Amino acid sequence: MPSLGADMEDATLIEWLAKPGDKMKRGDIIAVVETQKGAIEVEVFEDGVLEEHVVAPGAVLPVGAVMARFRGVGEAAEPRPAAPAPAPAPAAAKPAPEAPSPVRPPPAAGPRASPAARRLAEELGVDLASIAGSGAGGAITREDVAATARAPAGKKAAGLDFTAMRRAIAAAMGRSKREIPHYYLSHTIDIGAAQDWLAAANAQRPPAERLLMGALFIKAVAKAAREFPEFNGFHVEGEFRPSEAIHVGVAIAIRGGGLAAPAIHETADLALADLMAKMRDLVARVRAGRFRSSEIADPTITVTSLGDRGVDAVWGVIYPPQVAIVGFGRIVMRPWATDGGVAARPTVCMTLAADHRVSDGHKGALFLERTGQLLANPGEL
Amino acid sequence: MTADQILAVIRDELARLAPEVDFDTADHNRPIQQEFDIDSMDFLNFITALHARLGVNVPEADYAKVATISGAQAYLLSRTPG
Repeated sequence: MPSLGADMEDATLIEWLAKPGDKMKRGDIIAVVETQKGAIEVEVFEDGVLEEHVVAPGAVLPVGAVMARFRGVGEAAEPRPAAPAPAPAPAAAKPAPEAPSPVRPPPAAGPRASPAARRLAEELGVDLASIAGSGAGGAITREDVAATARAPAGKKAAGLDFTAMRRAIAAAMGRSKREIPHYYLSHTIDIGAAQDWLAAANAQRPPAERLLMGALFIKAVAKAAREFPEFNGFHVEGEFRPSEAIHVGVAIAIRGGGLAAPAIHETADLALADLMAKMRDLVARVRAGRFRSSEIADPTITVTSLGDRGVDAVWGVIYPPQVAIVGFGRIVMRPWATDGGVAARPTVCMTLAADHRVSDGHKGALFLERTGQLLANPGEL
Repeated sequence: MTADQILAVIRDELARLAPEVDFDTADHNRPIQQEFDIDSMDFLNFITALHARLGVNVPEADYAKVATISGAQAYLLSRTPG
C-alpha cells in the first residue's frame, strides 16, 4: 500500500484492475483503493509482471502493507509453493507494517486507547467515548477508530465519499493551521495582456483545444517556482526539503461539496496546450471520483483559482507538508492608473500564503511579483 | 434539426455536467453558469460537446449569445441544417 499523502495511514482495497500473469508497464493502474480523499488508482512503479494478489478487495491495509507480488523485468521468478498457502504470509520484499502501538494506560481519565488510536480519532473527528474497544482490557485500537469512522458511510456519488472527504479536509487543514505559521501577501495586476493573448489564441482553436486563463495562472506559478525554490517542496521532520520537480497541485472543487488538489506533473515544462489538456482530464476524473496515486501524493505547491464566478481574492490554507499556496481571484474590471490617466482594466488579485518556517515576506513578494511578470508576457509562458 | 432536437442535446449535455439540477424547472433565460452552478471548465466542455454533436463551433466571441438555454437554442438552430 503506497503512501498517498502525509496524512494517510491506511486505505481499503476496492478492486484489482490487473490479474496475476498480466504484464504491466510503469504507470499502469494495478488497483483502486479507497482513502479519505476518495477512490484512487494505484499505479505500478516499474515494468514487470503481476505474480499474485496477496489481499482481496475489502481489505483495510496500513501504508507499507503488501498488496501483491510483482516481478520486475529481469527479476527471476520466485520459487512458488506447490499449493497456494491457505493464508498468505505477510513476508515479502517490504517489511511488514508495524503492529499498532502497544496499549498503554491512559494518562488521564477517559477511555483506554492507544496513542495511535487517539491521534487517528482526533484526525477523523471521532469521539473515543462512543467506541467500544476491542483491544486488551477493552482498549480502543486504531482499527476500532477507523471502523467507527467508516460506519456512517457518507452519501456516495460518483465514487466519492463526501463524509470521508470532509474529514480528510478537516484533518489536513487543521494540521496546517496548527503547525504552519502562514504569512500572507497579495498583489493585484493588470491581466489585459493575458486576456488578449488568450482571445487571439482561442480564436484559432476548436473548442476541444481552447485554453482557459487558469492554465496560464498555473504555468506562471510553476515557472516562478523554478526561480524561487523555497516555495516548492515539503516541510518534513523539522526541515524544508525543496523539490527538484515542480508538480503544481490544482485545487478542484467537487460538485456536492469538497475539493481535491491533485498534481499536474512537471508543470513548468509543459506547453500550455498540453497543460490545458491535462487540466481538463484531471478535472473530469476528479469530479468522477477517480485520480491516480502519483497525482494525489506528490504536489509540490498548490494553486487555487476562483474562476470567473468567484470573488476578488482567495487566501489559501497550505496543504501540508507543502509550504506555499498561490490564489487567484476572479478577473474584475477596476479603475487602473495608466500612463498618467485612469482606465478601466481587467485585473486579478493574486495572493500567496507561505510557510514562515521556510521563507520570509520579502522572498514571497519577489515570488508573487515574478508570477505577475510572467503573466504580463503570456506569449513566453 | 428542429428546436426540440437541439433542446434535447442541450439538456443531455447539461445533465452530464450538473446531474442534480432539474432542467425543466431551471430558468432558460438566466445564464447557464449560474443556473447550473458550473465553472468555466464545465462551460468549455459544454461548448466542446455542442461542437462534437451538432458540428457548430461557437467562437469565444459568441459565448454571450449562448450563455442562456434560450439563447443557445436559437443560436444553434440558426446554424444547423434543416
